[in-house]
Amino acid sequence: MSDASTSMSDASTAGPMLAADGTPLKRSLRKALRREKMRALMLIAPLLFFILLTFIAPIADMLFRSVENQIVSNTLPRTVIALDDWDGQEEPGEKVYQALYFDLFVAAEAKEHTKLGTRLNYEETGISSLFRTTGRRSDDIGEAYQDVFEDVDPRFKEAGFWYDMMTAGGGEPDTALMSERLGTMNRLIADLASGDIGFAPAAEISALLPKTAEAYTDFAIFTALADGDVVAEEDPWEAVYAALGVDLANAETRDAVQVYEGPGADALRAAAAAADQLPAGGFKSAFLDVDEDWASQGVWETIKTYSASYTPGYFLNSVDLELSADGISPRDEDQQIYILLFKRTIFMSLTIMFSCILLGYPIAWLLANLPVRTSNLLLILVLLPFWTSLLVRTSAWKVLLQQQGVINDILVWSGIVDDANRLVMINNQFGTIVAMTHILLPFMILPLYSVMQTIPPSYLRAAKSLGATNWTAFWRVYFPQSVPGIGAGSILVFILSIGYYITPELVGGTTGTFISNRIAYHISSSLNWGLAAALGSILLAAVLILYWAYDKIVGIDNVKLG
Amino acid sequence: MTNASENGFVVFDRVQKSYDGETLVVKDLNLSVGRGEFLTMLGPSGSGKTTCLMMLAGFETATHGDILLGGKPINNIPPHKRGIGMVFQNYALFPHMTIAENLSFPLEVRKIGKSEREEKVTRALGMVQMETFGGRRPAQLSGGQQQRVALARALVFEPELVLMDEPLGALDKQLREHMQFEITNLAHELGITTVYVTHDQTEALTMSDNVAVFDDGRIQQLAAPDKLYEEPENSFVAQFIGENNTMLGTIQSVENGVAVVQLDSGDLIDTKPINVSKPGERTRVSIRPERVEFNKDRLHADAHTLKAEVVEFIYMGDIFRTKLKVAGLDDFIIKTRNAPDQRRLQPGEMIEIGWMPEDCRALDA
Ligand SMILES: Nc1ncnc2c1ncn2[C@@H]1O[C@H](COP(=O)(O)OP(=O)(O)OP(=O)(O)O)[C@@H](O)[C@H]1O
Ligand SMILES: [Mg+2]
Repeated sequence: MSDASTSMSDASTAGPMLAADGTPLKRSLRKALRREKMRALMLIAPLLFFILLTFIAPIADMLFRSVENQIVSNTLPRTVIALDDWDGQEEPGEKVYQALYFDLFVAAEAKEHTKLGTRLNYEETGISSLFRTTGRRSDDIGEAYQDVFEDVDPRFKEAGFWYDMMTAGGGEPDTALMSERLGTMNRLIADLASGDIGFAPAAEISALLPKTAEAYTDFAIFTALADGDVVAEEDPWEAVYAALGVDLANAETRDAVQVYEGPGADALRAAAAAADQLPAGGFKSAFLDVDEDWASQGVWETIKTYSASYTPGYFLNSVDLELSADGISPRDEDQQIYILLFKRTIFMSLTIMFSCILLGYPIAWLLANLPVRTSNLLLILVLLPFWTSLLVRTSAWKVLLQQQGVINDILVWSGIVDDANRLVMINNQFGTIVAMTHILLPFMILPLYSVMQTIPPSYLRAAKSLGATNWTAFWRVYFPQSVPGIGAGSILVFILSIGYYITPELVGGTTGTFISNRIAYHISSSLNWGLAAALGSILLAAVLILYWAYDKIVGIDNVKLG
Repeated sequence: MTNASENGFVVFDRVQKSYDGETLVVKDLNLSVGRGEFLTMLGPSGSGKTTCLMMLAGFETATHGDILLGGKPINNIPPHKRGIGMVFQNYALFPHMTIAENLSFPLEVRKIGKSEREEKVTRALGMVQMETFGGRRPAQLSGGQQQRVALARALVFEPELVLMDEPLGALDKQLREHMQFEITNLAHELGITTVYVTHDQTEALTMSDNVAVFDDGRIQQLAAPDKLYEEPENSFVAQFIGENNTMLGTIQSVENGVAVVQLDSGDLIDTKPINVSKPGERTRVSIRPERVEFNKDRLHADAHTLKAEVVEFIYMGDIFRTKLKVAGLDDFIIKTRNAPDQRRLQPGEMIEIGWMPEDCRALDA
């Protein structure tokens, strides 16, 4: 004992404090605290993991989705690059149509073009069907080339011949091209298998026939990895013939073919000689043949505008604006619904909140001031809705409020309302407000109650003894002290109702639906997840801003939930 | 008591109160408080003091009987029209208002003009030496300061009657004593009638003009502090106020205002009969420790004395407290002043004790 005390006083005079085992006190304290923290962390780890996985991650994903727009550049990578040079003045040149053809062909094989069509259709109606028909007809465009080449040399029909030609009989492989195409293909097809392709384009041939090598590589990757077939045994895509046509249309290539020595060189020379028999108008006229809309400036503007990987487009749509070639402009009148819905959501949430305050305040007051036995009973009645299914409660309101419902029947029976003029109280705003006020009322009452419980009755007595009437005593003394409860209840009710979905869906009709119903529609019906995510993000931001404003004005410390 | 009611400022006339309809919390209360008087209600917990105060303030209604204020019955006047200042046990300062706002509240509800209000608030704060605290909130004050503000608030609208329910209960001893002094001073200076509730008898004795001792819903005795202490009228008051030695016995004879009591141990003592009269009646005699004498010279020659054995001697600074074994009791206390010539008794010592007959009161058993 005395030893310890002397060493303690020694330590305090000379240098840092030491713990009993001689290590500096600070360090051993930190170690002990760290151990404690680790243990605490381990305890909450399952919950933390659960929350990360089911709450934080989806929200992050939603925020990301609201701006993400890689589908255009993933599906039409070459077209997007080709469009860079387009000035937007008139329809684009042959180069763009050519790039579009090869992109669209691969996408059609992978059945990805319809997804892109759906995406772009959000911005410009009609694109979806345009993509679908063009995808269907993309084989025909290539067949025109295929027929020419197969007439020149029947070996062009053979899968093995093509394989040998493109590998140059086992020449030096062009790994750069291979990995570039593999990357592009992986971006296009999310669940592309990996493994041996059994093919590599020869460097020689890719230098000679760049387009053909590219198209054939795409074909090989798709055949091996998506279809699981052997490349050397499958007939190449029509697009490969078209690519050969594009290559041979180039005079320099035709000259180079004359001196080429590799496998199939003779067939290539014959094909080069027949270059003048290839379809004349190029890809542009082929596309226009399929659908006139390919000449439409609007379609190309949409593709160009939404070609960036990230876009503010969804957010603009969420506030009834759109991104067009010349900047941001309002959407068509008939498409402007979101601002209205946001306004309605806020207005109805506020109405619900105030109804909850009006109805909940007296009940909370009774709860806090009645004798314990009675107030317990009342509390059970308040909590009763929590024990009943939400659907049952909402349906009960349908039974009560509908035109042939209980309330109307009573009104008609008592002669207050004429049978022909039964009140419309459901499937509109009124119905939604009534049902949601009922459902959210406990969330107002409980915080109010817990705050009121802490206000001693002596304050009211004191006020009255000082000469205040009942009303003045309530208004000047009791009410200000219950404001934290009102604040807590209001935040709860408002935030819950702003994102409420089931009840407005069931009883809201067309005029009583919330923005959340629209979000649900985009998630499950229209599958426009980007827009749904943007709407959701705006809602989230609105809630956060309100929360922040509340903190500034009232102070979040003043909120008492219990 | 009922007769005195005509000239009292506050009068309880045969007031009864029951909360549950089964038991009477206040039974037949008759009380009269004169104008400017400082009356304390003293009694054990649950004896009905707060209930009486609440009836007076108007927060509870009397089940039976009348309460008069300035000669007029106030049973039907709502609390806010009674004009009675009140200090609550927990102060009940409004937490969301500053001190100045708290004080101006009673003036605002009386529609008093702003400048007059400010003047009165300043004056009231000055009265309790809290001038500089007007801008603070109650939570920023110490207990004693809150107490003063509560007092100032009860006085600021110049009521004629102020009620205080254990206002000093939450304060420490020193502050309590200081505040006792301030409250009585203020009450007398302003000439207000005060009804004060406490269960601290020292507080009651030091502050009041009159003390009403409550027990079991009745006033056991209403008297000035000195009378209450020296001349308790029944054994409850005797035991409740101050320290007392009590012994049970039977009256032997009553002559010339002196009753001879035979204690259960067989010893005879002289007593003053208070609420006993007939020989043979059981009685509880009560003698204050400081009135017991063991110095024979100071006793009457013919006084009855008792043999006692010293059990314990306790030195308490200003006084000596000695525990004796007397007449079968072994916790008989005597107190002697610490004077230079005072003897310090030794444990085991045998002495004889006695007292003036008028100091030993024979009360109900
Ligand atoms: N609101 C009430 N309802 C029912 N009974 C009550 C109520 N208030 C007080 N009582 C009962 O009345 C009796 C007297 O209570 P009161 O508060 O007057 O006592 P008190 O003398 O002020 O006690 P204390 O010194 O502890 O404050 C007690 O038995 C109490 O239980
Ligand atoms: Mg009390």
